[in-house]
Amino acid sequence: MSEGVAAELTTPGVSGGIRDIRQSGFLLKLLVRKELKIRYRGSALGLLWSYVKPGVQFIVFYVALGVFLGLERSPRNPDGLANYAVYLFSGIVLINFFSEALGNAARSIVNNGNLIKKIYLPRELFPVASVWVSAVHFFPQLVVLVAACLFAGWRPDALQLLTALCGFVVVALLATGLGLLFGAVNVYFRDSENIVDMLLMVATWASPVMYAWTMVHDKLGSVGYAVYQANPITIGVELFHYAFWFPTTDGSSAIPPNLFVLWLPVGLAVSLAVLVLGQFTFRRLEGRFAQEL
Amino acid sequence: MVNAIEVSGISKEFVLRHTRSIKEAVVWLAKGRRGDMSKKFHALKNVSLEVKTGETVALLGLNGSGKSTLLKHISGVMLPDSGTVRTRGRVAGLIEVGAGFHPDLSGRDNVFLNGAILGMTEQQVKDRFDDIVEFSEIGEFIDTEVKFYSSGMYLRLAFSVAVHTDPEVFLIDEILAVGDEPFQRKCIDKIQELAKNGKTLVVVSHDLDLVSRICSRGVLLEHGNLMFDGPIDKAVSLLRA
Repeated sequence: MSEGVAAELTTPGVSGGIRDIRQSGFLLKLLVRKELKIRYRGSALGLLWSYVKPGVQFIVFYVALGVFLGLERSPRNPDGLANYAVYLFSGIVLINFFSEALGNAARSIVNNGNLIKKIYLPRELFPVASVWVSAVHFFPQLVVLVAACLFAGWRPDALQLLTALCGFVVVALLATGLGLLFGAVNVYFRDSENIVDMLLMVATWASPVMYAWTMVHDKLGSVGYAVYQANPITIGVELFHYAFWFPTTDGSSAIPPNLFVLWLPVGLAVSLAVLVLGQFTFRRLEGRFAQEL
Repeated sequence: MVNAIEVSGISKEFVLRHTRSIKEAVVWLAKGRRGDMSKKFHALKNVSLEVKTGETVALLGLNGSGKSTLLKHISGVMLPDSGTVRTRGRVAGLIEVGAGFHPDLSGRDNVFLNGAILGMTEQQVKDRFDDIVEFSEIGEFIDTEVKFYSSGMYLRLAFSVAVHTDPEVFLIDEILAVGDEPFQRKCIDKIQELAKNGKTLVVVSHDLDLVSRICSRGVLLEHGNLMFDGPIDKAVSLLRA
């Protein structure tokens, strides 16, 4: 730090946006580690909760939807989905990741208001750290999913793993973009948190997590289906289905047409557009965070 | 000597909103209480200030005169409505000791987290970790969660991290010294040592005797206007008058 005198005069408090985060890697790492440490503080089961909660959620949905509502294929129900348990779980883990990431990111600026009011640091760190933390919590669920898939006869190949990675990236970008957007707006209007909660409830049902995409296609027709399909979460979930569930079936189930040549690029484009919009809004609003918090 | 801080003609206006709810806004509009919905308040009016590298400046004034707001503009936490602020080198602050501390983390984790928040790199925190702990006199409690610390221990550790960040420009808001008397003396010695080593200091404090010992230049603010800029003794006597 001896370059002090030689350094140029700069304007404080003007951030380079998300690009600044690379320079703050150390702080990001510590913020993520802090969140992970305090999440399950004082609990006996600790990180095990990251397995227990999705496990119970899965059982409830499986029994209610798969068994009672008859979505699972069985000798008496030949139209159902083969391996519904794997189908369901591979979608649920991705939705859980999205819900946690966006829910926490949207609250992150207000929750760290004390710090933001007093010390200047790239504020994008907080929503981004929330998404990172969610990614870490997503990992144990992924392990359970992979174990279940292997048990169901999954032999992973490179294409499937790449597909899953793409699905994850599409959803993570979307969560970051929406997190920046709603996190910044939340400083001015706390309504934002409630809008996010509502969105998350809708998100679970607006993508083929519980049911099959063919049901949507049959009811909505092709135009309505195209709109439905443009949702990056839908695309992410379908990519996960392709990677984890499809290989465990006999291959007779239909995968959405043009999933790779059309919808994957569409999903990436929509997510990136949301990220740019979120970053733009964030930068417009962050100048007055300190006085509004 | 080059300028470490250049503040030219900055103004800041706060809008104090009394409600955000649509229901209340409608009711108030209907009752003709429109003026109650928000109030404008000038925190800084066309303030200009240049601080040279190595200067020690005290911002003085009564409560609500805009001292802390000016400091927040220099640190970049707030952006001015008009005018510009420019700084040279890394600016860090002893602004609200312990703002970045988390009660459920150990002292060690908090040193790293707070160091990073104040702009230190991983290597810098590692290199200075022992000095930070030694200065704070926390000793063996460094691995205890800080929620179990006494308030004095908490402040000592937070202060210790802040003074070890080693920026070019130091902003100090109100907390020149914390803890019991021997430790307070140590804090002040440390700040004087920083000043002697050529650090630029900008201090906000109501402790006039203390700032006249540490700073050489005083800037007097009143209702957001810069009233006086000159030697510290004169600024202090003006404020006392």
